[in-house]
Amino acid sequence: MAAIAESIFTPQTAARFDKLATTYPVKRSALVPMLLYAQDELGFVSEGAIQEIARRLDLFDLDVRNVLSYYSMLRTQPAGQFNIQVCTNISCMLRGGYEILDHCKTKLGIGHKQVTRDGMFSLEEVECIGACCWAPAMQVNYDFHDDLTTIKVDAILQDYAEGRGEDVK
Amino acid sequence: MPTQVSHPDEAVVLKRRFGQGATNIDKYVALDGYKAVQQAIEQGPEWIINTMKASGLRGRGGAGFPTGLKWSFVPKNDKAKYVLVNGDESEPGTCKDHVIFLEDPHAVIEGTMIAGLAIGSKLGFIYLRGEYRYLLKIVEKAVADAYAKGFLGKNIFGKEGVDFDIITQTGAGAYEVGEESALMESLEGKRGVPRIKPPFPAVVGLYGGPTVINNAETIASAPHILLMGGEAYAKLGSERNGGTRLFGISGHVERPGVYELPMGYSLRKAIYEVAGGVKGGKQLKAVVPGGSSCPVLTADEIDVGLDFDQMGKAGTMLGSGGIVVLDETVSMVEFALRVISFYQHESCGWCIPCREGTDWIKKTLARVYAGGGSRKDIDNVQYLADNMMGRTFCPLGDAAAMPTLAFVKKFRKEFEDYIDGHRAGTPVMSEVHELAGAAH
Ligand SMILES: Cc1cc2nc3c(=O)[nH]c(=O)nc-3n(C[C@H](O)[C@H](O)[C@H](O)COP(=O)(O)O)c2cc1C
Ligand code: SF4
Ligand code: FES
Repeated sequence: MAAIAESIFTPQTAARFDKLATTYPVKRSALVPMLLYAQDELGFVSEGAIQEIARRLDLFDLDVRNVLSYYSMLRTQPAGQFNIQVCTNISCMLRGGYEILDHCKTKLGIGHKQVTRDGMFSLEEVECIGACCWAPAMQVNYDFHDDLTTIKVDAILQDYAEGRGEDVK
Repeated sequence: MPTQVSHPDEAVVLKRRFGQGATNIDKYVALDGYKAVQQAIEQGPEWIINTMKASGLRGRGGAGFPTGLKWSFVPKNDKAKYVLVNGDESEPGTCKDHVIFLEDPHAVIEGTMIAGLAIGSKLGFIYLRGEYRYLLKIVEKAVADAYAKGFLGKNIFGKEGVDFDIITQTGAGAYEVGEESALMESLEGKRGVPRIKPPFPAVVGLYGGPTVINNAETIASAPHILLMGGEAYAKLGSERNGGTRLFGISGHVERPGVYELPMGYSLRKAIYEVAGGVKGGKQLKAVVPGGSSCPVLTADEIDVGLDFDQMGKAGTMLGSGGIVVLDETVSMVEFALRVISFYQHESCGWCIPCREGTDWIKKTLARVYAGGGSRKDIDNVQYLADNMMGRTFCPLGDAAAMPTLAFVKKFRKEFEDYIDGHRAGTPVMSEVHELAGAAH
């Protein structure tokens, strides 16, 4: 296993990875969480992250890539600092989810999976995020925002732009 | 933060500790928390399973399999056994597990321990979908607190030789991973491709060991059932459908929310009384009764009780308990397209009927939606969906085909009129959208 000194991650994340690698009855079970935590730190899953995680879990890089490509939250390109994920699935759709998505597109001047020029925001249309009874809903990184209106969205975007977002990690 | 709702018709069992700060372990204990598991240790596996059987509890994940029976299938051998809690909650229209993790995480932990005691397991996993990071943190904190009190780990509650551990796990975005065998693959660090059955998880599951997989709500119900007694719980519900369940009522209603109603409660009353009726006094058009994979009911089919058997008789399913209400403004062509787009997006691609079927149905409906359809397209959609039914590797194929069939059969006239240029409803997908839009 890679020594912490060689890690591309911060000492905290590296320590978390050391722990994860011994948490499960079979090491490989740590793969999906590790990829997610790697992405949280780096903004995306980099080549370096793939290699280090493979080494930590005694896997081939290819095994890691194979799993990485399956999960929709994992990405290999940077997103914006704040990734706006608007749900347009049925419950949200019925209560204005598309209006919210269109509003974000216009407001940010970007489309699905695009990043604003300053790297601050990215936008994604996503499937149901489990907030159907508080629709329409979106997530900014991991934060939930629900009962949305376009006015509320404007205030939320401004909060993040000005550093007042919650940003759960 | 989700708004909590209530209604006088609610039968409060699972929600008993909601809104009372029960994420705090001391508060949870003060509200009779961790009493049921200690009773379970005293009484032993047979008592637990008999109580669960008597409760009539049926799986809240979708299929409604009797929980006590599921637990009794685990062979009594000395292999390492596991409990796996399914908190992947990804069925569109469903957000009930969300509220449980938020309000009462210890009930999930205690339920996991009870399931473990019932089947002779010493290790449980609580798997949450990746999007639920803030809930994962709540659950992780609750698990850590339970360890600190000696409720988890070795010799729990000071009982010599009684050990139980819980590990939390996170997904990273994939609906298919909610399917139990795909869930095990994901937990083992692999792509969420389902396994062939048999063997069933109760015999060969996680890491090859016998495994009980239950939905988070099913598991959170267990402590309440042991405390109140199986028969008392059963009596709250309807025939062969014990107890209460969390119903998420969303879409075009005045008061959307997660309500706890007795099994068998009237769907009409759930919409018109509990959720306050159709929003803005509009006419009801249709109801998707249990998450997006359940066949739609028309406005005149809602005099039915909300339990697994009555919904089955009505030609649909109770599913995940996510009731989605559609008013008269909804275009069924657009709605059907949005539903199939989801399944096309989430199909893992492993087997051809599902991978190709969802794709071709989506393409065809997208063409109809864009105005270039012909009447033959409706037959084609029906033909494709018919041929997916029962021919796919896992039930996702059926989950896509069943609602599609119901849309085109029950609203055929609306599809025909749409093709002829007479469009009912007000479309909301203003342009071609990435997930739901036209064929690509
Ligand atoms: C495509 C698909 C997705 C599913 N998603 C979920 C889910 O998100 N949560 C869940 O509890 N069950 C889900 N299920 C059902 C599980 O396979 C399994 O039946 C359930 O977790 C068993 O628990 P129960 O007996 O307590 O209902 C899904 C099934 C299929 C076919
Ligand atoms: S039915 Fe669909 S989701 Fe299930 S295995 Fe086949 S392709 Fe994958
Ligand atoms: S449909 Fe949008 S959160 Fe469920």
